[in-house]
Amino acid sequence: MAANAFEGAAPPGAITQPPSSNEYLTDRGFRLLTVCGAWLIILLVAYILWKIGGQALPAVYRYNLGFLISTNWNVADQNFGILPEIWGTLYSSILALLIGGFFGLTVAIFLTQDFLPLRLALVFRTIIEMLAAIPSVVFGLWGIFVVIPAIRPIANWLYDQLGWIPFFGSSLSGPGLLPAALVLAIMILPTVAAISQDALNLVPYRTKEAAYGMGTTRWEAILKVMVPTAAGGIASAMVLAFGRALGETMALAMLIGNSNQISLSLFAPAQTLASLLASHFPEAGQSEVQALMYAALVLLGITLVVNMMGTAILTITQRRISGRS
Amino acid sequence: MSEQTAITPFGSAAAAPDLRKSWTEGRALRSVILTIGAWIVALIASVPLFSVLYMLIVQGGSRLSLDLLTELPPAGFELGGGFGNAIVGTLVMVAIAAVTSIPVGILAATYLAELSPESKLASAARFLAKVLTGFPSILAGVFVYAILVLATGTYSAWAGGISLAVLMLPTVILTAEEAMKTVPRRMKDAALGMGCTRTQMIWKIVLPTALPGILTGVMLGVARVAGESAPLLFTALFSNYWLHSLSEPTASLSILIYNFSSMPFDNQIELAWAASLVLVLIVLVFNILSRVLGRSRI
Repeated sequence: MAANAFEGAAPPGAITQPPSSNEYLTDRGFRLLTVCGAWLIILLVAYILWKIGGQALPAVYRYNLGFLISTNWNVADQNFGILPEIWGTLYSSILALLIGGFFGLTVAIFLTQDFLPLRLALVFRTIIEMLAAIPSVVFGLWGIFVVIPAIRPIANWLYDQLGWIPFFGSSLSGPGLLPAALVLAIMILPTVAAISQDALNLVPYRTKEAAYGMGTTRWEAILKVMVPTAAGGIASAMVLAFGRALGETMALAMLIGNSNQISLSLFAPAQTLASLLASHFPEAGQSEVQALMYAALVLLGITLVVNMMGTAILTITQRRISGRS
Repeated sequence: MSEQTAITPFGSAAAAPDLRKSWTEGRALRSVILTIGAWIVALIASVPLFSVLYMLIVQGGSRLSLDLLTELPPAGFELGGGFGNAIVGTLVMVAIAAVTSIPVGILAATYLAELSPESKLASAARFLAKVLTGFPSILAGVFVYAILVLATGTYSAWAGGISLAVLMLPTVILTAEEAMKTVPRRMKDAALGMGCTRTQMIWKIVLPTALPGILTGVMLGVARVAGESAPLLFTALFSNYWLHSLSEPTASLSILIYNFSSMPFDNQIELAWAASLVLVLIVLVFNILSRVLGRSRI
């Protein structure tokens, strides 16, 4: 039992009272609990790494690094490789980042640089935030019944006219990379917009006043002063959105076509690491589960690195900007 | 346009330059074009939300009735049916997630915000919590599959709930920390000056004052996980029957939508839309709750 450090601290007859032993112990106990709470986060991340790594270990020994460059996924031959999945994950995420990043950053500029009256800007911001609240699986359903029929005529026209360009090298029969990337872009747009808005809002107002004072037009001030000043925050928005796109599962599993192939064509079906897990895991046998665990480990590694980078950039730039102003 | 002024700073007799901006001038024109472009981009960016809501209301709304809430999912060619069990399953698993992640999250947030915000442990925990907010949800499913489903040998509501808790925890921690940081320093100093222990100060001053902010975070966390489906795929699986115990496969709205979306039957597709509508409504309710609570923050 811990001794009460305050025992007998007050002189006899004083009006004040030291905390009773009971209060002292409660205080110590509660503080210990909160320390445990903080440790739990660290242990959770470590446990996730250890557990998924441990489950993947047999497959790691068995397939080694060849797993990363093999294109087979054959349960009968026990031959597994995830190159098409890595390709599909990167291709769809980069495409989504190009589209979603452009739209998200423009929306952030639009909302922070006095294009709208304050009240209208608030309404618009809520609309963009609402996008983040729509569940992934609902986006998937919407993609199947709205996006795919909407872009199919355009895609097939492009294939007919410009089929010699590798990007348009196949027809869009249903699910494919482009609809998946479009929906993915919509899903990461709120992330890009929110973090970029924060970054742009952190730039002191006098910076913009100075730019206007030099005689810049509105867009010269935005593109040459505001955006470069907020570049760190915007960069972290892009990196974090990229991390989110890499790990996004359900909408992709419903839209990308789950086909184990590498193709440059935007209209061909593909497969990502996350959608591979979603579509194969529920019916997998033991050896396939081990291979899937290896794939999960690869996904975990990639997303952890990307997210850590994004978070680190964000923390550093926030510290620098708030330290300066 | 420009008048000759009496005193020209220039030696020549040439007219003083016109300093007024004309919008047809190159730089200004570019600015106008970019502004129009920004308007167009912003309007395009808001199309998806309205399109999704329109489809939900038209496709899902047409099928909305009380039967949906009381009946079980139909098999193959059956007509009618509902998804009462999926609503119950979703709510139960979200409740499990909330009950496990909220106490832990608030304890951790107390440490991060109050007890030693500058310590190495706090910075590490804060950094990892931020990293975890971008953790792919399907990996939470893989993790819980490895620790719970393999260990107990069965898919269960417990496993589903715990995997959702992993996803909810970082949101709760980070928002609760922010909320506690907004409690004015002088209130805490006053409590300490009256002889409170740190624990008493936290329980009697910080937590009650920060409560609206903490609840905002909790509601945001709930809204986030209620719509999740990837972590449930192989932790809770799915079930066509009512929930009898927490340690058996459990239905959820999101998995029902996923399963039914790939079926060739119109009835199932309609049910998927109706389930989407119900799911979005549940998520929106928690979202709006978080906004309402957030507004009353100090």
